[in-house]
Amino acid sequence: MNERQHPIESAWTDLEAIVGREYIWPATLGDVIDEMLPGGVIAPGTAQEVAQVLQYCSSAGVAITPRGGGTKLGLGNRPQKVELVLSTERLNVVIEHAWGDMTATVEAGCTIDKLQHTLEKHGQRLAADPLWPEKATVGGLLATADTGTLRIRYGAVRDLVLGVEVALPDGNLIKAGGKVVKNVAGYDLTRLVIGSLGTLGVITRAVFRLHPIPVATATYSTSLSRTTEATKLVLAILNSQLIYTGLQVRADRTDHIVVDVRFEGIPESLQDAYGKLSKVAGSYTFAESSGDVWKARRELFAKTDNSAICKCSVLPAQIGLLCDAIFRQAQPPEVTTTLVAQGTGVAEVRLDAVRVPSLLEVLNGVRSELNRLDGTLVVQQCPVSIKEALDVWGTSKDALPLMQQIKGKFDPARTLNPGRFVGAI
Amino acid sequence: MDSQLVSEFHSIVGDVGLVTAREELRTYECDGLTLFRVVPELVLLPSSAEEMQAIVKICHRERIPFVARGSGTGLSGGALPVKGGVVIGVSRMNHILEVDVPNARVVVEPGVTNSAITAAVSAHGYFYAPDPSSQVVCTIAGNVAENSGGAHCFKYGVTTTYILGLEVILSDGSLVRLGGKTMDSPGYDLVGAFVGSEGTFGIVTKITLRIIKKPECTQTLMAAFNSSSEAGAAVSNIIATGMFPAAMEIMDRLALQAAEAAVHPNYPNCPALLLVELDGSAREVELLMEKVGPICTSCGAWELRLAKSEAERIAVWKGRKAAFAAVGRISPNYLVQDGVIPRTALPRILGEIDRLSAEAGLRVANVFHAGDGNLHPLVLYDRRIAGQEQQAMTLAEDILRLCVEAGGSITGEHGIGEEKKHFMPVMFSPADLDAMQRLREAFDPYDLCNPTKMFPGTDAKLQRPIAYEPHPIEKAGLAQRY
Repeated sequence: MNERQHPIESAWTDLEAIVGREYIWPATLGDVIDEMLPGGVIAPGTAQEVAQVLQYCSSAGVAITPRGGGTKLGLGNRPQKVELVLSTERLNVVIEHAWGDMTATVEAGCTIDKLQHTLEKHGQRLAADPLWPEKATVGGLLATADTGTLRIRYGAVRDLVLGVEVALPDGNLIKAGGKVVKNVAGYDLTRLVIGSLGTLGVITRAVFRLHPIPVATATYSTSLSRTTEATKLVLAILNSQLIYTGLQVRADRTDHIVVDVRFEGIPESLQDAYGKLSKVAGSYTFAESSGDVWKARRELFAKTDNSAICKCSVLPAQIGLLCDAIFRQAQPPEVTTTLVAQGTGVAEVRLDAVRVPSLLEVLNGVRSELNRLDGTLVVQQCPVSIKEALDVWGTSKDALPLMQQIKGKFDPARTLNPGRFVGAI
Repeated sequence: MDSQLVSEFHSIVGDVGLVTAREELRTYECDGLTLFRVVPELVLLPSSAEEMQAIVKICHRERIPFVARGSGTGLSGGALPVKGGVVIGVSRMNHILEVDVPNARVVVEPGVTNSAITAAVSAHGYFYAPDPSSQVVCTIAGNVAENSGGAHCFKYGVTTTYILGLEVILSDGSLVRLGGKTMDSPGYDLVGAFVGSEGTFGIVTKITLRIIKKPECTQTLMAAFNSSSEAGAAVSNIIATGMFPAAMEIMDRLALQAAEAAVHPNYPNCPALLLVELDGSAREVELLMEKVGPICTSCGAWELRLAKSEAERIAVWKGRKAAFAAVGRISPNYLVQDGVIPRTALPRILGEIDRLSAEAGLRVANVFHAGDGNLHPLVLYDRRIAGQEQQAMTLAEDILRLCVEAGGSITGEHGIGEEKKHFMPVMFSPADLDAMQRLREAFDPYDLCNPTKMFPGTDAKLQRPIAYEPHPIEKAGLAQRY
């Protein structure tokens, strides 16, 4: 922090006037983002207050970092400024579960688990399994577009959101989309803000479309010893008429690969599905396994000092090539790696290194191999020193000027998360 | 238009890509919403992205507004030309560039028709899911612009779910790639923002989309009820059991009469018919269908008919898809509406529509995607009777207001275009509309892409009415609406 007066100090009284004295407090070590200590944390009690805080900070030149459960604060480039954390913790109510319509309206600060428990009462769920549901919030899920193992059947989070309410830096509280499953009125601002990492506005409320909780679930797994076999098996399953709700490849060595498949439905159809899976799998034998295998993604994120987790996106037919690239670049004992790829071609990879420089080398190496495959690599968690040496989002393509235009239209003063997103937006 | 400009355009697209004759230009004066007509200055039909880009660069230089056009099947006037502007048609850019079956991706040019995609991948057991009823003629570019739906989007989602990458030309003539062939390109979801922007953000020159595997088994049940409300209750009860049907459709007596008169689908003669389609594994479909019947019966269904063969199933859908156009057989004129309500509001809203219909003394036929709560009320009237058209329009708008009041939308799949722009403030606040305008300015700061559409007050010269008249391609039997 530099020597001149922190902008938040002069703003403090005004901010207190918006949210009340007890809802703004000095930041502590737990609020640090990329080794930067914010000046304070503010917790507005209504969406209107969020909009007022944004408007005030936008004109006062105070940078805001929106925060839900704080589970993914490592995501993004190192911010240019971290001054005021805006916590959505007080906006945590499930406003409506219209179970007959299979929709739910929920405030942004509600945790995923709290939402799911409410929906469960009527046998429904949000068909998404994001990271850390006990702590992660609806707002954080949308802002980061976190994607889990259910995506292969139910779509990405953006496919499950019907509408949002967003507070903008100009003080407006807008809504986009609506409460109904089908709606093409106006632009799809909902999709624009999903995955925008809080750089355009702060999501204060979301409406989801829901799915029934399946009566029965079964998971089957098989082990393979070659990456080419993994690709072949994944493609055979993708090309079948099987209705699976999870398809995952796990690997921690080039010759130690496991493929998991999950079925959900009525008990009779699960038996039927297993029979068909065996046919599709040919010489590979699937055995029933624990549903815990779907937590593999989460286990990757256990924190240590010299580790990085990255999200790689390739085509399904390139999953084997992705494994090859990673194991070629990450050579034990200097760097070890674990990979969890979904059948969609979206994979998460953990790298553990003895020294940070070799971590950087491997990340750059894998990224350039993936770029040759037209794939992408985004670093989701890593030591701050790495962020100084590489752009966690990768090189931006020709759409960057358009993204900068959009940012300029919604947040001209660059109040929200400055520098953290793609192209230092 | 200045003859030097015309020859400049000519040097890009040649004779075959340039329409200047008055009578030929009239072909492009409207889309599926036929009562708005504006003859364009010029129609350009480029055969490549390079030609398209060269055209847009000239438009940008000369500040000539342009309207992109697919097959012109849209129902909200989205492809209506703009006064003093040109129309850029994508019909000559109709090649399927890549079919990647293992990765379930297809890359196409904008003029490829919706059905052509399914036709190209069908032999591999795949299909392209969004199924607007005009799918035989409508282009994928039009689907992208309108975020088109169809009867099966309750389960499968609409166009935006399936578009992964777009190559677009912006109003300054720059060519930009949004998204990609893999999922989750870093940055803002510009593909998501672009889909459904009704031609106001730019023109698409290449589309990368996902296809999906055909289900192992599909079954369609017809259930006859004494009222649409009873059928609506059955829909709710089916969903309450945790089932996720591929489609659920309701037609009322007027719509059924019309369909019967047009294509003889041999539906049960009843006040309300519910179609329930299940798909998935054969075993599961069979077991679940055994439950659907009794649910319908418990809600008052007095006849159940299962279309067992594929031919029977196709006949059932043919009747459903014909219902819109068929209403022309039982009424001299009618208005097509497209509104959405939360599904549970269905019985109440249907009652309200009945009341409004009785008050106005006009018949309303109801055809709807019941799973989605997407209503298509058809207001029947006779234009020859003085004042009746105005009355019909007022009734149609009152129905839309009901939808908004029930927490729904003014359009589920037809779009805003020219037709509903004056209705946007009913659904959105000034701040909501302002945010949309900002996004539009980011994409098109020059206000050249379809500039008079979607927002109120953008062109006062064009007036309603919105009465329906069959489009030439409809009359020719090439397309139907629903």
